[in-house]
Amino acid sequence: MIRQEFSRIDPKRRTTLHHSKKQFATPTYKELEYKHRLNFYATPPTADITLEQFEQWAIDRLRVLAELEACSFRNKTPAETAAHMKPLLDKYLPLSSSTSGSTGLHAERQKDHYSHFILRLAFASTEDLRRRFSRVETMLFRIRFQADDARERNAFVESLALDWETVGEEEKRALAKELRDSGGGYPKMIEEESYFKVDWERVPELVESRRVFLKGGKAYVPGREQLSMVVAEFTQRLDKALELTSRALPRLDEDDRLTPILNHLSQNFTTPDASYSSTTSLPGADISARNIDTLSSSFPLCMQNLHRSLRRDAHLKHYGRLQYTLFLKGIGLNLEECLIFWRQAFNKITDDTFNKEYRYNVRHAYGDVGGDSNRRGNGYSPFSCQKILTEHPPGPGEAHGCPYRHFSVDNLMNLLNAVGVKDSEVLRGVREDKEKMKFHLACNRVFEYAHKQEIKKVKDDGTWGAAQLETIVHPNEYFKRSYLLKNLGKKQGEDGSGDVKMEG
Amino acid sequence: MTAEAETHDGEDLTAADTVTGEPETNHGISQDDDAADQDMTMANVGIEGDNVPDIKTESKSEVKLEDLFADIDSDEEFGSAKVKSQDIKPSSSPEAPSSPVHVGPSSRASDPEVMRSFYQRLFPWRYLFQWLNHSPTPTTDFGHREFAFTLQNDAYLRYQSFPTSDLLRKDILRLMPSRFEIGPVYSTNPRDRKTLRKSSAFKPIAKELCFDIDLTDYDDIRTCCDKANICNKCWQFITMAIKVVDVALREDFGFKHIMWVYSGRRGAHAWVCDKKARHMDDQKRRAIAGYLEVIKGGAQSGKKVNVKRPLHPHVARSLEILKSHFQSDILEDQDPWETDEKFDRLLQLLPDKTLNDALRKKWSSAPGRASTAKWADIDALAKTTQGLNATALREAKQDVVLEYTYPRLDIEVSKHLNHLLKSPFVVHPGTGRVCVPINTKHLEDFDPLGVPTVTELLGEIDEWTAPEEGEKEGKSIADWEKTSLKPYVEYFRSFVVSLMRDENDVKVKREREETDSMEF
Repeated sequence: MIRQEFSRIDPKRRTTLHHSKKQFATPTYKELEYKHRLNFYATPPTADITLEQFEQWAIDRLRVLAELEACSFRNKTPAETAAHMKPLLDKYLPLSSSTSGSTGLHAERQKDHYSHFILRLAFASTEDLRRRFSRVETMLFRIRFQADDARERNAFVESLALDWETVGEEEKRALAKELRDSGGGYPKMIEEESYFKVDWERVPELVESRRVFLKGGKAYVPGREQLSMVVAEFTQRLDKALELTSRALPRLDEDDRLTPILNHLSQNFTTPDASYSSTTSLPGADISARNIDTLSSSFPLCMQNLHRSLRRDAHLKHYGRLQYTLFLKGIGLNLEECLIFWRQAFNKITDDTFNKEYRYNVRHAYGDVGGDSNRRGNGYSPFSCQKILTEHPPGPGEAHGCPYRHFSVDNLMNLLNAVGVKDSEVLRGVREDKEKMKFHLACNRVFEYAHKQEIKKVKDDGTWGAAQLETIVHPNEYFKRSYLLKNLGKKQGEDGSGDVKMEG
Repeated sequence: MTAEAETHDGEDLTAADTVTGEPETNHGISQDDDAADQDMTMANVGIEGDNVPDIKTESKSEVKLEDLFADIDSDEEFGSAKVKSQDIKPSSSPEAPSSPVHVGPSSRASDPEVMRSFYQRLFPWRYLFQWLNHSPTPTTDFGHREFAFTLQNDAYLRYQSFPTSDLLRKDILRLMPSRFEIGPVYSTNPRDRKTLRKSSAFKPIAKELCFDIDLTDYDDIRTCCDKANICNKCWQFITMAIKVVDVALREDFGFKHIMWVYSGRRGAHAWVCDKKARHMDDQKRRAIAGYLEVIKGGAQSGKKVNVKRPLHPHVARSLEILKSHFQSDILEDQDPWETDEKFDRLLQLLPDKTLNDALRKKWSSAPGRASTAKWADIDALAKTTQGLNATALREAKQDVVLEYTYPRLDIEVSKHLNHLLKSPFVVHPGTGRVCVPINTKHLEDFDPLGVPTVTELLGEIDEWTAPEEGEKEGKSIADWEKTSLKPYVEYFRSFVVSLMRDENDVKVKREREETDSMEF
């Protein structure tokens, strides 16, 4: 088994220094030589660096991490991410292999090591920051681990002294079929692969995707899945260390040189797809319950689908309601109108049932009820594409999610046809986008098709710049842009008494 | 402000203490003179301002809006269970357990009086306590555990906690919830959560790993019933689900203490109580949920089963278990492809176009051909189809079997440490049935429609007469032993005993080590 308490001193040697003398002894730091390119960041840095270095190194690392996070938001595959990150890594955080003979080897590794610990300080303060930091650091580690030279990688893994129980030849042969089936049919000859036996909790991601054989709580991990185990170990240790750092943080407060830098760093680590600000209202638009049917022609496909399901079944399951309620809130439908809308939409139930089971949730989403933090924050923000794409995929009977992602191709084509997208060229494009998992592209493709003339017009007139026409990554942005485009002729700020006529 | 019910220790409060909210929350139960002498029916639920006290909101950051919405769909089943309180015939002395229970034939499960008798005389408090406490003497495992009550007026009270089962029982008898749920053990006492200086000091640290299987998730493939209705035919879906999940949890993950509980109407819950399971974080829960999840996708996503080949041992084993169920319970009993529209669904799942055309022709010309015959037709016609990919067809057929039989888990329940789940042995307000544990040794014999209802049980107590020989003064017989609840409570007891034994083994060992080191 692995020694969890890796930082603990061997109990037999604990008393070598008499406790009364301990405080006067010169601290003996571990000599920091970076033998490996990769680092588990187990030992904190001890040497002196300048304040400028402190800040610059941290900023460089932050750039890399922010970009990594952005990649994951854009749904890039690991290979795409690695390709995208390479130039950035080379620029800001280069790490050469030991065999490269580079003269800056020590400096590179020191920078990597120190910048990690600086950011650890900056991001240990809140749960949310810790989680995000640990996530992107893990991504960075994974990229580097994969890029590492096989021999050096093995040397590094050995140096970690993770003790994994090896599965004996006899047991391996006895379980040959199960092991092979778990590995998707590989290896062909069971002798070709070595297996480790570990508690399944140590490889949750392999378990989740059924890539290992499980028996009696032990996971049989093939050698080629080493990556996943090392990465899991990395994350586990980092999470633990961050937790400890956060507890130690209050004692750092007296230092008025570092704290401002650290605060500044953590503030700059903002989420790129920050929530859609629902304050941007559309002047002149009649956003009311009775007008939703008309407005729905400007909705993105996910919301149109919810709207159609709602009209068809007079009901939506709870994630559908959540996704749709927040979207409607985002387009500017106020709470009263929203309650009217849902009440009318659920026309098969009694007032009583509605009030009892649904009213509260709508009010909660608007921040009208609930705990302090919910009400102060005005409830929840409308979901972004990122959230819709990655969280809570729809289950049986559920209509939420992103049709481009969660529908089968045939059903997607039917839906597109039903909402009036019939151009075979566009449909073919969507089909390809879906195959390549470029769901944003597909959605934007449909948007451009549906607003072809208007987009051309604003481009020709020069009234809309590139910034206003960049890729849509939020359903509410889709609506806003669509609405503005379709109402170009109308004067903004017209009084919103009459229904706004929409074409299409 | 959020109105939260305060716990008053005195039970002398009258209905006058109850500040009822707007009528909408309060239907069904009139606060009339009937209730006035039942000092604790609705009293002292301090409802003010906000008419719904504390509906799952107490929102610290860990209560997500998603969680709020999460229960609603399943809550629909309680919609119709409202009863006018005129039906209540108050018992002469609620505290005297030996008095006969006056439950007229017209009384319904959700009557406060019926519930009172049930909680007072039948609910296995002691074993519930031992089950959650893991030891005979009170520990924080029980004391910091969250309970959530659904009151008779449908208000929902979260973050209740009790040092002992007696206090829990007392409060339940006072508030008379129609049901209550069990949440996680927190790092501090849930009642003190607002007094903490840092809200992060209050967080869930342990809960049983739970699974929820509900027949509504099978609505697109079950033909015998829909919505809240069930029969023994569709209960088979639950039976096979339990088999598949239970064996995976035991053999693959090595869990030992797994209790399945009938949810009272149309589903079952699993409580995995091993110490290791209780202390898992969300990531590990997600891993198990993902491992067990095979049916994916919503109403529009087409093929719902996409498993890679060769089949993972877990899927292969599940398929082996499910095959025979598919023949008898699906093809014969459900007859899922009876009509044109329905067999189209099957053809969508099969890969070969020529074969599909041939099948469609054959089936359209013979309306009403049984699903069993249709399933056999696939292989029969495949033999004569040119250029057919036999492997693809065999795999597609396996996927069909899985799609129609593999457990459909409500996965959100399993993924989160802080999810609440209805307690075993509470009464389902809609059906009046007790949420009894299901003995997996006799899984096939379990009949959801034969589970005793609360009114039946109370009747059985009255009818019970002491056996001639057993009339010894020293040994009193508990009320539950007089009823058909007995086997279920006994099963629960043996489950709890074996859980505590395993729990104690660890403790004893540790204590022994400690005492060893104390010796000089």
